Amino acid sequence: MAQTEWPLWEVFIRSKQGLEHKHCGSLHAADAKQAVQMARDVYTRRQEGVSIWVVPSSAITASDPDDKAELFDPAVDKIYRHPTFYELPDEVKHM
Amino acid sequence: MSGEHGSAEHIEYVLRLADNALVLGQRLAEWCGHGPALEEDIALTNIALDLIGQARLLLDHAGRLEGKGRGEDELAFLREVPDFRNATLAELPNSGVASAGAAGGDYAVTIVRNLLFSAYQVELWQALAKSADPELAAIAAKSLKEARYHVRHAADWTIRLGDGTEESHTRIERALAALWPYTHELFATDPLEQAVARHGIGVESAGLRAGWLEALAPTAAEATLALPPDTGFRSTGKLGRHSEHLGFLLAEMQSLHRQHPGAMW
Repeated sequence: MAQTEWPLWEVFIRSKQGLEHKHCGSLHAADAKQAVQMARDVYTRRQEGVSIWVVPSSAITASDPDDKAELFDPAVDKIYRHPTFYELPDEVKHM
Repeated sequence: MSGEHGSAEHIEYVLRLADNALVLGQRLAEWCGHGPALEEDIALTNIALDLIGQARLLLDHAGRLEGKGRGEDELAFLREVPDFRNATLAELPNSGVASAGAAGGDYAVTIVRNLLFSAYQVELWQALAKSADPELAAIAAKSLKEARYHVRHAADWTIRLGDGTEESHTRIERALAALWPYTHELFATDPLEQAVARHGIGVESAGLRAGWLEALAPTAAEATLALPPDTGFRSTGKLGRHSEHLGFLLAEMQSLHRQHPGAMW
């Protein structure tokens, strides 16, 4: 059967140089090139970004919500894993 | 030029540039909420807003050159059809060159017009960025970046539709054939252009056509489209002699301002 709807893409925007790309939403587009262009129009029209990544949504493997307990709960009582005991120098930004 | 005000030719030349952007911006705005997909709806609205932004700067500039106290609103909303100086290409309905009131929009027509017009604007703004009128040069430099994106958007779709299905190819070919005759006006140099070109303010648009054709060639080739032959038809919108379509467009665009003069938001 012919595909009647454009595939879904996840959009990642870097808001300024030096920062990482952040997931900001998704859109439909025929291919990667068009997805970048559409992401520019849909997600950067208020100066939100300087760089765009798009990824086919189908390429993303997600964790199973049913596995939540065994995946995430064991970390709850291990606060010693948080690096909260270090003093960060002022020069280090965006940590 | 006399004093701080511009010559009649200078003012009218800026009005031509402004009206092209304003009228096409208004046409594209008709797609708002009716685009073929949400993403395209936003893309077209962005382009419409870019053009209306260019129009505002240019109308404001024309008003100052004129020095009679008319601002962007008076020029956009209180002039009549024969006062408008846009090329006829800009005012044609989104549905094509059919008779006025034709409902709905044809995306192939919209895309082809944007391609032809934006590619023309790229050549024009490049040249006008060196204008002896510093205000115009600044507007040209700003608008050039916008026009380059508009070309990119339209060229991308032209290729997809032209090199797409049999139906999409037929429809975009038909749109190109219908709109092509109206492009000659964009490059028809007249005494007014010669006058502003002599002062280094404007350019003779006939000199832009070669660059325009060269810019269109790769897109046309990839879209498997042949550029149509010259039919000899010449539209005359920039002289104030318009098609029957402009009156309907202005009626819609101007109705709010005429009912509520000076309305602000």
